[in-house]
Amino acid sequence: MAQGKEENYNVIHKSKPRIDGVEKVTGRALYAADMYMEGMLYAGVLRSPYSSAKVTKINTDKAKAIEGVEAVVTYADLRKKKSWAGYMYLTDHIRYAGDCVAMVAAQSKSLVDDALAAIEVEYEELPGVYTIDDALSEGAPLVHEEYEKNIFTDSMFHIRKGDVEKGFEQADVILEREYRTQYIEHSYIEPEAVLAYMDPNSGLMTVQASAQNPFFTRRYVSDILGIPLNKVRMIQAILGGTFGGKEEGIGLVTARAAYLCYQTKKPVKFVFTREDSFLESAKRHPFRLRYKIGATKEGKIVAFEGEQVDNCGAYNNQTQFMNWRANVHSSGPYEIENVKTDTYGVFTNNIHSGAMRGYSSPSLIFGQEQLIEELAEELNMDEIELRKINCLKDGSITATGVPVEYVILQDVMEQTVEQTDYTRKHAEYKKQTDGRKRKGIGLAICYRGCGLGAESPDASGCMMIANEDGSVSIASGLAENGQGLKTAYAQIAAEALGVRYENIQFPQLDSFAIADSGMTVASRGTVMGAQSVRKAGEKLKKIMIKNALELRAFSLENTGLTYDDLTEEDVELKDAVFFLKKHPEVKVDFASVTNTCIWTGKQMAAYEWFMPEDLPQDHATGQGKAFPTFAYGCVVAEVEVDMRTGYVDLKKVTASHDVGRAINPALIKGQIYGGIVMGQGYGIMEDVAPKKGRVKNRNFDSYILPTSMDAPKMDINIFESGDPTGTYGAKSIGEPATEAVAAAIANAVYNATGRRVRENPCDLETVLLGKKLG
Amino acid sequence: MEKIKVNFTVNKKPVTVEVNPNERLLDVLRDTLRLTGTKEGCAVGECGACTVILDGKAVTSCLVPIGAVEGREVVTIEGVGADGKLDPIQEAILENHALQCGFCTPGFVMSAKALLDENPDATKEEIRRAISGNLCRCTGYEQLTIAIYEAAQQLKEAQKAQI
Repeated sequence: MAQGKEENYNVIHKSKPRIDGVEKVTGRALYAADMYMEGMLYAGVLRSPYSSAKVTKINTDKAKAIEGVEAVVTYADLRKKKSWAGYMYLTDHIRYAGDCVAMVAAQSKSLVDDALAAIEVEYEELPGVYTIDDALSEGAPLVHEEYEKNIFTDSMFHIRKGDVEKGFEQADVILEREYRTQYIEHSYIEPEAVLAYMDPNSGLMTVQASAQNPFFTRRYVSDILGIPLNKVRMIQAILGGTFGGKEEGIGLVTARAAYLCYQTKKPVKFVFTREDSFLESAKRHPFRLRYKIGATKEGKIVAFEGEQVDNCGAYNNQTQFMNWRANVHSSGPYEIENVKTDTYGVFTNNIHSGAMRGYSSPSLIFGQEQLIEELAEELNMDEIELRKINCLKDGSITATGVPVEYVILQDVMEQTVEQTDYTRKHAEYKKQTDGRKRKGIGLAICYRGCGLGAESPDASGCMMIANEDGSVSIASGLAENGQGLKTAYAQIAAEALGVRYENIQFPQLDSFAIADSGMTVASRGTVMGAQSVRKAGEKLKKIMIKNALELRAFSLENTGLTYDDLTEEDVELKDAVFFLKKHPEVKVDFASVTNTCIWTGKQMAAYEWFMPEDLPQDHATGQGKAFPTFAYGCVVAEVEVDMRTGYVDLKKVTASHDVGRAINPALIKGQIYGGIVMGQGYGIMEDVAPKKGRVKNRNFDSYILPTSMDAPKMDINIFESGDPTGTYGAKSIGEPATEAVAAAIANAVYNATGRRVRENPCDLETVLLGKKLG
Repeated sequence: MEKIKVNFTVNKKPVTVEVNPNERLLDVLRDTLRLTGTKEGCAVGECGACTVILDGKAVTSCLVPIGAVEGREVVTIEGVGADGKLDPIQEAILENHALQCGFCTPGFVMSAKALLDENPDATKEEIRRAISGNLCRCTGYEQLTIAIYEAAQQLKEAQKAQI
């Protein structure tokens, strides 16, 4: 399956079993909601039912009078209502139907419900704005006074490459199109949860939370309590899925639990209901994409102009970072000489948008990869041929004006086209004119900047400790989200140090064990975050080899050598055995050396920090190197459309991805299978569709996810490009796995029906009627 | 609220609980018996994370009022596997990397177990149907389906060997 040159690795490049597998498959793994403490209280919040309002009156007397209710806190009681990230812990100024006005702690879950029901609130409704178009219209009410026209100026980015006017002059065909995408919900199966408890003597507040980015969540606790960060101990609970979702929301939940714990001096457990989670967790940003593209009749794209506007909702902490990425990728995986694009977000009175697997790319690709096919049709040209002419190749200059290397995009696409018999099927299906069910095949290609790039520092730390019995402990600033980070890191640690995979232990992240290494986002975990793990392993290996020599651990009899003849270069550590490179029979176990080290005071730990190359970018033009490298992919979707109902049955998806180097092929396949099915949900059935800001579908009985009966047949191809940039050459896969699926589906639906769906998803009404019903 | 006394068996052990009558089987398993392998994901019977086996059938324990289990047999994830060994379904899930965040995994194990206990000859299609009441946002179900199918083959081999 893996294509590319083989290297002699001992631990990586193998499908090692998950390090956390047994505890999860037996149900013994403890998630935050599974933790209990003596005398623990439960917590809950009261949310506004209105999208834009002022609280005029709030009365908590009845709630406070209920026996067993131990704290009732309103916005008026909070010293700090607004979080460091702009979101409100509690507020009387309602900006979306989800803002909270009060929180309670009580001895049981049902008492929490009773207390919330007993709080009396009066609201005065205010005018609000809900769509991108409304928010930008003249005289629209402002969601935040400081942002004129509701434009979130901090999230505005531009590409200015070449001369787009001149480019369009050279074009034989110019096409203008608009595409729109929808809000979707992360739908991790574990709702947000936290347990907060305090040491009454030291004042240390410990929180165990389902936090994707534990240090980010710790900041909220310090913020609401007004205590230093070292008075907060954050231990990440095992995380039941996140996909970018457990960032702001879990920060607010954790802070509130900590506040109630602080007030009552009792442990507080706060577990979101699914409805809470739908109402307060961020959603994927909806985009309005306006593109103008020009090409010569030979199929060379000469100019690209675009405006990408996204709906931030009521609050923001992510759009500025996400839009930077959207800006870099605004003209798709193509080399175009003249590019002019603007990307910005607008505030509305909706649920806030945030990070979600792809970080803008699923939306952009939905537009871009349909646009290229619409252009091919205008040019009367084969859409694969048009892609071949224009797609990024070795040495191509990207939209940010920088050449790219190790580009295998065309290979990946051509092999996928051949494997799926795309060309024959596409031509055949296009001819269908009748029949209740019509088949379609569609393709999309993609490229993705690996890691954070110039968005923010992609630095990370790792602590590696060898214990006297030869076991090894690691602590990393990046966190397990369920994706298998611990497994991949344990493999990388074992490879770099030269011990066995089974020797490594990697517990949940504890803020007292490691320094803040930024967020576990952007599919950066393996490609960049693990660089510090590799560095720490390589450093500890040197230290341990030196120790082995100093301790004269080898028996040199029969070799004719003395210790004076040996340097560190002569010794290798592999598979937990030290040996002489020239005399492999002279060897000693790792564990026997560690055992001696502990009694002789030798160093057996290494801490390393990884700092990537500097990536300077010009803000006005977006020019400059954006990412250390890119990952490439191609997805082909095959559908059957019921022409009487508009139902799109996704039959098969073939996904090909350049993973650089497959650290653990089975984990990669898991990412891709899951990414495809999440892309299927985005492309066909999922739509939060808030009504005047109100999220109506608040549980899985109305918000429909793909099940095992919906999932398509899936074929996966893993490509290894030989690009040395990432850790052991690895690239990102978590987000590439899902980003092009919806675009491929939309193209397949067009192939089947001749109907171009420019507003995601391809649900019944859109496919059948060409529009969404209110 | 007046508490009620309910007797039933959990993982072959008889238990008696005194709880509020409005509690669900899920609440009692988790909060009273501290069997937290059974998870709560939606509380409306849609996600399947709380699946347990009740008298041989897979049910979502969030929809079972505690009074309804009087005298009945409940098996939870903690009761799967014997003598400290994993069940072949659990082994196959590990072998196939058919889990990621793991939150839905116990529910899938229970649905698969209920199916294979009743129909050891289950086809892949029947497996997909049996787990279609369990939502998983990480894996895309593919490795899960393969794992459960492999476990079925293994169980059949083991049964043949016994005969």
